[in-house]
Amino acid sequence: MVTKLKANNSEDIDVIQKNLIINDFSIQVATPNGSGSQTSNLVLLRSLFKMGIPSSGKNLFPSNIQGMPTWYTIRCSQDGYVARRDSIQILVLMNPETAVQDITNIQSGGVCLYPENAKYNFDREDITYYSMPVKRLAKESGVSSALRPYVSNMVYVGALASILGIELLEIESALSWHFKGRQKLVDTNMPVIQAAFDWSQENLTKTDPFQAQRANATDGTIMVDGNLAAALGAIYGGVTVMAWYPITPSTSLADSLTQYAGLLRHDENGKATYSIIQAEDELAAVGMVIGAGWAGARAMTATSGPGISLMSEFAGFGYYAEIPAVIWDVQRVGPSTGLPTRVSQGDLTTCHWSSHGDTEHICLLPGTVAECFEFGWRAFDIAEQYQTPVFVLSDLDLGMNMWMTKPFDYPDKPMSRGKVLTADQVAKNGFKRYFDLDGDGIPYRTLPGTNQPGAAYFTRGSGHDQSAKYSEDPQDYVENMSRLRRKIDYSREKLPAPIRELNESASIGFVGFGSTDPAIIESRDRLAAIGVESSYLRVRALPISLTVSDFVASHDRVYVIEMNIEGQLHKLIRIQYPDLATKLCSLAHCDGLPLTASWIVNQILEKESCHNGKIKQ
Amino acid sequence: MVKSSSNTNLIGLEKKDYKGSPTTLCAGCGHNSISSQIITVAFELGIQPEQVIKISGIGCSSKSPAYFMDRSFAFNSVHGRMPSVASGAMLANRDLITIGISGDGDTGSIGLGQFKHVMRRNTPMVYIVENNGVYGLTKGQFSVTADEGQNNKYYGKNDLPPLDLCLEAIVAECGFVARSFAGDPKQVRPLLKAAISYDGAALLDIISPCVAFNNTSASTKGYDWVKDHDDPLHDITYVPVQEEITTQYEPGETSVVTLHDGSQIVLRKLDESYDPTDKLGAIQALHNADTEESLLTGLIYYNPNRISLIRSENLVESPLAHLVAKDLRPPEDSLKQIMSSL
Repeated sequence: MVTKLKANNSEDIDVIQKNLIINDFSIQVATPNGSGSQTSNLVLLRSLFKMGIPSSGKNLFPSNIQGMPTWYTIRCSQDGYVARRDSIQILVLMNPETAVQDITNIQSGGVCLYPENAKYNFDREDITYYSMPVKRLAKESGVSSALRPYVSNMVYVGALASILGIELLEIESALSWHFKGRQKLVDTNMPVIQAAFDWSQENLTKTDPFQAQRANATDGTIMVDGNLAAALGAIYGGVTVMAWYPITPSTSLADSLTQYAGLLRHDENGKATYSIIQAEDELAAVGMVIGAGWAGARAMTATSGPGISLMSEFAGFGYYAEIPAVIWDVQRVGPSTGLPTRVSQGDLTTCHWSSHGDTEHICLLPGTVAECFEFGWRAFDIAEQYQTPVFVLSDLDLGMNMWMTKPFDYPDKPMSRGKVLTADQVAKNGFKRYFDLDGDGIPYRTLPGTNQPGAAYFTRGSGHDQSAKYSEDPQDYVENMSRLRRKIDYSREKLPAPIRELNESASIGFVGFGSTDPAIIESRDRLAAIGVESSYLRVRALPISLTVSDFVASHDRVYVIEMNIEGQLHKLIRIQYPDLATKLCSLAHCDGLPLTASWIVNQILEKESCHNGKIKQ
Repeated sequence: MVKSSSNTNLIGLEKKDYKGSPTTLCAGCGHNSISSQIITVAFELGIQPEQVIKISGIGCSSKSPAYFMDRSFAFNSVHGRMPSVASGAMLANRDLITIGISGDGDTGSIGLGQFKHVMRRNTPMVYIVENNGVYGLTKGQFSVTADEGQNNKYYGKNDLPPLDLCLEAIVAECGFVARSFAGDPKQVRPLLKAAISYDGAALLDIISPCVAFNNTSASTKGYDWVKDHDDPLHDITYVPVQEEITTQYEPGETSVVTLHDGSQIVLRKLDESYDPTDKLGAIQALHNADTEESLLTGLIYYNPNRISLIRSENLVESPLAHLVAKDLRPPEDSLKQIMSSL
């Protein structure tokens, strides 16, 4: 494709071909929020992905509906790395407001694509500039003036297709997929893309080295966001009641659930086997979930940090009164409103110890979209088995951005509904709600409506004895709390186990959780390439598996990598293993953006240089 | 087959099958009277006790589910959030009968949002407010339904106007709004029966005098011994044993009731010509009663046309809680199809 571009002379073409950088670059599109660039960006991402190039897309957006700056980054990586990259090779500059900083951020040798009438400062001589006749092509498209700003964004799709060699057929099918096959919409947009492509072929001289080339590295994979994955997981996990309140970045989880439950969960008469309620606030959302879980539903909510704070009283109630519930926390930056459209892993300790009094909640920590699906259904089994609220901590990056993944595996276990007694069982054996018959700390429960004298009990957040009767007896309280402790401890090794990659020759280890996984994977490869070997353990649940101690003990130093300021996982591990505290180093960083491999590599090199003079730099 | 006798109801249960645990509320508390009426009504209607869920918030009122229908399932939840728990439970199992018990603080202050939203959402339930205008468990603060200008020994004069929960319910589109007096079983019982049969949220705002904390320093009647035992009344841990206040009066009549502290309230029973389906008329009637400083009792507003939450959710007939894996987990092929569509 490159040779089709008009070049000044054959020498230029030679230079370009010799130094081609194939399938290894980041594109950043800078636009004002609300200008309708999302379609263009997702079409670009999907086209590259469908060309077989490992790709990931991340939306860096403001808390705003229209006008404030927003960026979309697409990373293509021949080697399959999907973490955010902090260097930008190709900038599409559609927003004058951020032009100065955006141009500064382009890596030397990179590209700046801009609308031809833009008055930017083109001082940098180490980058290539391409102008696009955006206004003219949008006007010539014949769409109404109201739609022109929107189709303007299609111009950069066509221009990039020409410059990078993105296949127009893939672009057209991505458009069609995006518009769910509505041909009229494809027919509005595709001519603009084609015109921009043709114009670029005729008028631009390619002097940059970047090239998208068909590959086969995405075969057998799909592209999906974590919130959709979570919603599907919940549906295949048999969710029956979902109550929620809108909050970024969890809203799309509820939206996806509404969309797919509508397709998958009606009986032959068209009646729903689920209910989704948009509550008046998070207090009511979790109240409905607790009420529904108590009455036998598979109930869930999805929220983010501020919602978690509001839900904490009921979380403690659910813990103490032993009621199953699933609470998704798609984390964003706190405290308070914080950076509401930016990513963080700052709710770990809040969720684990949510509510007043002594509580320790089970938390699941998905690190991939596939795990969002898997934990989406498993969370219900765990909540009902242990009769307790289960938190699932995703985050904005995992939940709202697009990730390559293998198709999700259908649940490989039958639904586990926990210890629920029938009327006959109550009649035969009697029933004491909070009696630990099996020694695992998990009592038996009955569901409201169980038609048998003796089946009913009194659920309360106040002190209670084994029969659920009101009690302020000191011994009753201590026995109850000790049993709850036993119950949570009993869950420890039955929750999703840590994933370990042990490297025999490594003296250092990394511990992480959640969406930092791709950055950690990439950083380990880059460190290994310069002689720094590492092992890796990814925690997938709280309470923390006791196997973590072996991992820590078998390395000289273990770096706990996480996207928060306080080093929350680091603290949790140190509390669990005070004897190992001196081996644990915290690498905690949170600036609202997804963690990069470069940050980890730099941190490790800095810290390790104190310990090890042998590092090749 | 259970033999029916004069002591058993339609489903062969005796009244004792509807009893609760002994009350720990103060003697003479109006709440106990309400519990008794619930027991009587559930017995008379032949309701299966296990089918009933008793849900409450926090406060004296919210303790009362322990004092009726021990064979029913109960959920004493958190302050002001009984409505959300009830809504969740009803979504999970549409066959249940929900009796929600709340108080004027639990509903009118901390729970006002959930109260209004559960009315708007129209969760099928009986929503009983045991309304005494005072926070009893925390020793006598004014609640949002206390009268303007009312005096209280410990908190002085109440400067704020009261909230009328019936008015709030009507404005929130509640389709069954009634008010009564705890000591008037002849009125409470039929209202309770009607509320139970209503398919939607039904409010019963029941004035239920507090024997301990609605004391006023201007008290002229009631606690005759107060003058002789003035000091013990300053000890808020001392609660005198009182007789329950009862009354009986006919539609269209008024009844002046003297409370334990000697203050009086005027109840005016709606007469038989009153049209409870006229929404503006209901609001006007409440306003008129307020102007006359009386409390209107009876079925104040009724709208049979609202669709309940369960119906608007288009749920399967079987309770969601009873669905099993084959109903809930879509087949493997469907997941494969979705995966290939992404």
